[in-house]
Amino acid sequence: MREINVSTLTDVIERLCIEANEHLPEDVKCAIRGCRACEDGEIAKGVLDNIIENFEIADNENVPICQDTGMACVFLEIGQDVHLVGGDLAEAVDEGVRRGYTNGYLRKSVVKDPVRRGNTGDNTPAMLYTEIVPGENIKVTVGPKGFGSENMSQIRMFKPSAGLQGIKDFILEAVETAGPNPCPPMVVGVGIGGTFDKCALLAKKALMRPLDSSNPDPFYADLEKEMLEKVNELGIGPQGFGGKTTAIGLNIETMPTHIAGMPCAVNINCHVTRHKSEVI
Amino acid sequence: MARKITLPLTEELAKTLHAGDQLLLTGTIYTSRDAGHKRMCEALAKGEKIPFDPTDATIYYVGPTPAKPGHVIGSAGPTTSGRMDAYAPTMMSVGARGMIGKGARLPEVVEAMKKYSGVYFGAIGGAGALLAKSIKKAELIAYEDLGAEALRKLYVEDMPVVVIIDSEGNNLYEEGRKAYLDSKK
Repeated sequence: MREINVSTLTDVIERLCIEANEHLPEDVKCAIRGCRACEDGEIAKGVLDNIIENFEIADNENVPICQDTGMACVFLEIGQDVHLVGGDLAEAVDEGVRRGYTNGYLRKSVVKDPVRRGNTGDNTPAMLYTEIVPGENIKVTVGPKGFGSENMSQIRMFKPSAGLQGIKDFILEAVETAGPNPCPPMVVGVGIGGTFDKCALLAKKALMRPLDSSNPDPFYADLEKEMLEKVNELGIGPQGFGGKTTAIGLNIETMPTHIAGMPCAVNINCHVTRHKSEVI
Repeated sequence: MARKITLPLTEELAKTLHAGDQLLLTGTIYTSRDAGHKRMCEALAKGEKIPFDPTDATIYYVGPTPAKPGHVIGSAGPTTSGRMDAYAPTMMSVGARGMIGKGARLPEVVEAMKKYSGVYFGAIGGAGALLAKSIKKAELIAYEDLGAEALRKLYVEDMPVVVIIDSEGNNLYEEGRKAYLDSKK
């Protein structure tokens, strides 16, 4: 049994909120640079050059990459041999978000009620996901999620008879419908299986996986590759102005599901696919 | 090469701009997004004035991050314009001719643009750190309670934008994509 004070989590989350918003992960930068090298249209090349210049400015000057510094999605993988002490876990997480967004000059983009609105003023609450895993460590991941792209996400409960083709058509339909709105080039996170809610979470987790990785199952690794190619054949291009680069990555996560169903969720992200992890 | 444009966006100037033109904007623009537009349109409906003179004005759909000490403004890229579609025709009807944002617009917005010689400019979504460089002055003018959504008056120099929809209704999203797909045939 290892005791961890929740104040440690507060400190780590404060730092991760700031770092994730200012520094794009290397795999994402690499994917954008790779797409720039392959793009041939003048406007498309210009857009990608500006996107590269933008993340370089953010890196060098420690300013947010994008003004939508997102809702703070916080994933905690908590070792089952950890005993959390010193206070309420969810409050400690929110305090980390509060400090990160205040001290880091990040935008406060959360309203306290979905219908009646009203900004909470400190970007809390976090969207908190906890998972109990073996061990005595806590892995903390902060993935700020912007809503220009979140708004373009979709979920559908397929009949199993829709098969693989149904999934493929749905992914393309979601990207096509999103069009220029989610700040392409996008990253596409796909979840297949589970229940309605688990499926959406799989899609979100797919966005947290590095773009230079593949699904460990060769069937889905091939599907990731095929669908990324198909998405890029749509011609939407950087910012929707036309071109080769509609998406810089497409990750698929799956899990078992019911005999009667085949849920599929497509979580769209922009080129500012931010996430940062730390193990306590 | 990008063409340099000086605001305000008069009708005469608007008519010289075409979908796909790459521009560098210099002059005064105003920021507003969902909540600010809602308030302005409610004020107009009651016959009241809005916090700035809309004549030939350009509105930037943006909610910037707070300015760090020593900075004019925080990161300031465009938000999705479609959420302002419900308000844009009203704003154009009182003279606000230019809109800077990103993403698709509804047909009724394009119709209003044709009627009032409006122009829809695209700034690069997600390039907030880069776009902040062209903002030289920022002043909060109204709706401070809305935080990031408050109304600000900005002075920009050589702000990079692309004409997405021009005053005749030509649309770069349609034309640019078609040109790319045609080139692959």
